[in-house]
Amino acid sequence: MRQTKILRNILLGIENLLLHKMRSFLTMLGVVFGVGSVVAMLSVGEGASKEALEQIRKLGSNNIIISSVKSAEEEATSTQHSHMSMYGLTYKDHIRIAESFGNVKQTAPVKLVRKDTRLGERAMELRVVGTTPQWFKLVPRDVLAGRVLIPPDEEKRSPVAVLTEFGARKLLATEHTIGQTVRIGGDHFEVVGIVKSESGQAGNIQIPDEEIDVYVPMTVARQYFGDVFSKETSGTRTMEFVELHQIIVQADGGEHVEAIAAGIEEMLGRFHKKVDYVVSVPLALLKQAEATKRTFNIVLGSIAGISLLVGGIGIMNIMLASVTERTREIGIRRAIGAKRRQIIYQFLIETTVLSTTGGIIGLGVGALIPFLITYFSGMTTVITLEGILVPLLISMTIGILFGLYPAVHAAKVEPIVALRHE
Amino acid sequence: MAEESAGQHNNEIVRLEDAHKTYQMGTQEVRALAGVTLSFKKGSFWAIMGPSGSGKSTMMNILGCLDRLTSGRYYLEGQDVSSLDDDSLSEFRLKYLGFVFQSFNLIPQLTVQRNIELPLYYLGWDATRSAQRAEELAHEVGLGDRVRHRPTELSGGEMQRVAVARALANDPQIIFADEPTGNLDSATGEQILELLEKLNHQGKTIIIVTHEPLIAKHARSMLHMIDGVIDRIEENSDEAD
Repeated sequence: MRQTKILRNILLGIENLLLHKMRSFLTMLGVVFGVGSVVAMLSVGEGASKEALEQIRKLGSNNIIISSVKSAEEEATSTQHSHMSMYGLTYKDHIRIAESFGNVKQTAPVKLVRKDTRLGERAMELRVVGTTPQWFKLVPRDVLAGRVLIPPDEEKRSPVAVLTEFGARKLLATEHTIGQTVRIGGDHFEVVGIVKSESGQAGNIQIPDEEIDVYVPMTVARQYFGDVFSKETSGTRTMEFVELHQIIVQADGGEHVEAIAAGIEEMLGRFHKKVDYVVSVPLALLKQAEATKRTFNIVLGSIAGISLLVGGIGIMNIMLASVTERTREIGIRRAIGAKRRQIIYQFLIETTVLSTTGGIIGLGVGALIPFLITYFSGMTTVITLEGILVPLLISMTIGILFGLYPAVHAAKVEPIVALRHE
Repeated sequence: MAEESAGQHNNEIVRLEDAHKTYQMGTQEVRALAGVTLSFKKGSFWAIMGPSGSGKSTMMNILGCLDRLTSGRYYLEGQDVSSLDDDSLSEFRLKYLGFVFQSFNLIPQLTVQRNIELPLYYLGWDATRSAQRAEELAHEVGLGDRVRHRPTELSGGEMQRVAVARALANDPQIIFADEPTGNLDSATGEQILELLEKLNHQGKTIIIVTHEPLIAKHARSMLHMIDGVIDRIEENSDEAD
C-alpha cells in the first residue's frame, strides 16, 4: 500500500514533468553530463589500475628483483681493448641474501646463457636459464605439459629442460615432445615440461620470464656452461665473466619488502666495488601506480564534481522558476487541504525524478565513452557495479539537495496570497 | 439574530466570538475585522455582502481556515480552531470544507478528472476509488462526458461546475463560494447558483461572498458588512423554510 502510494507520487511527478518535455530535458542535461563524466572517469581509472595491477602481479608483488648490469666504466673500457670484463652478482651474493634476512621466504638465482639448441631437425639459438626449483614458486606460471624443475634435478644434476611457451614455439615443441631429447650447446637434455610465458613491462621492470626460452637446473648450468661468456659484436670478440644474471627474492609479506630491498642494497654496496647491479621492487611500483591513480581520480573527480554541481544548480534554478510559475497551483493545493510538507514532497519528487532520469541517461553516456576509448586506443576500461551505483546515488542526492530549497520556497507560499497571484 | 443562534449550540456549525483581524499594510494598520460575533446553523445558506473593503473576503478567509484571527475565537463544528497550527488548519480544510472561487482556480495542466480528484489524493484515497468518485461527481454537475478534457477546453460555466465538483469531492460540511458567478454571464451564473441551492437542499451549509444583491437573493440569510463589522442581518422570506 505504502509502496503503491510512492509509486503513484512518482508517476504524478513524471506526468507533470512531461508537460514541459523540452524544459525537463534541458534541466536534466547538466546531470547527464555530470554523471556521464563520473562513470567514464571511474571506468578509465579502474581500467588503468587493473592493467597496472595485472603487470605487477606477473612480477610478483612480494618479490624483489636484483639484476646484474655492466657498470658505466666497465662498458667504456671493454669496447676499447680485448679484455675480459667481470661484473654482476655472484653465487656468494645469492647465499648471503638467502641467509641474512629473516623475512625472506625464498630466493631464486638466474644464470642466463645463449646456446644453439636443436630439437630433431629444428635448430635455434635459445635463451637458456639455469635456476633452482624455487623459481617456479616466485614466478608462478601455468604448466602446459609435463612438470617444472624439482629438487632432485638440482641434487642429482639431472640434464633436464623445461621449455617456456616462447622456447616451445621456436623449437616447434608440443606436449608430445615431453621425454624427447633436446641438444643445448653440446649437451643432451631431456625435455620434462612446458610452462606458460608472460611478457610485458610494469613501470621500468621487465617481466622476469619475458626473455627466457628454456630452464635447466642451476647445478647443471654451472657445470656445463661455466661462468665465462664470449660475445661477438661487430667483429670484436669480448669475454664476460658473470656468475649470476639475476636473483629473485620473495619476502614473506608485503610490509617487509622495502626493508629487505634496502638491506640488500646496503649489503651489495659493501661487497661490490662498482655498482654493477640494480635492485627493483615491484611493490614500490604498485604504490607509485596507486598514487598516480589517486591523483588522476582527484583531478577527474573534481571536474566531474563541478559539472554535477553545475547540473544541480541548473535544476535548482529551473525549479525555482517553476515554483514561481506554479504559485497559483500551490495556492489551490494548499486551499484544498495540502499540508506544507506535501507540497515540499511534490516538488522534491519532481527534482529527484529529473536528476535520477538524468543520472540514468548519464550512465548510458558514461558507459559509451569508455567503450569508445577502448575501441579506438585499446586502453583497458572497467565498469564496476560501484562505478554505476555511486554516480546514480550522487545524482539522486543532487536532486534532493538542490530540490530542497525550491520545494521549501514553494511550501512557504501563503494560500490566500497565492490564490490572488496572476 | 446572532444572539439567538448562539444559544443553539447543538445545531451550530460556525461561531465567531469577538473576532478581530488586523493587517499591516506598510506603516498603516488595516482593521479588516473589528469585533465580529456570529453563529451559523448547520444546513444554512448565507450570503455575506458588503462593498469592497468591508471585510467580507477576510471573513471568508477566516471562516474557510485559510487565515487566522488576530484575536477572538472561532469555533468550527464545535472545535476551537483559532489557535491551531498550519498543519491542523490544512487538515480541517481537507476534511470539512470545500471552496468555489470567482476565477475557478482549476489546475490548467490537469484533466477535469484529476482536478476533481485532487482533495481525494490528499485524503489518501487510492487511484481506482478516486477515479470512480470523480466520475460520479462529474455526472452530478452534468459534465460526465468531459472528464478527459483539460480546463482550457471548457467554457466558463463548465469550469465552475468542475470547481463545484472538486469542492464536493471530500463530502464537506461547508461550501464556500467567493463571487462564484463573477466571471460568468447571468444565465450560466444562474445555473451555478441553482446547483448550490440543490446542494443546500441536500443538507450542505453554503456560504457565498458577493456584492450583488441579485445573487444574494438565492441565499436564505444575508449578512451585510461595513468597515469590518456586521451592519445587519436579513432573512430572505421567500426562500425561508
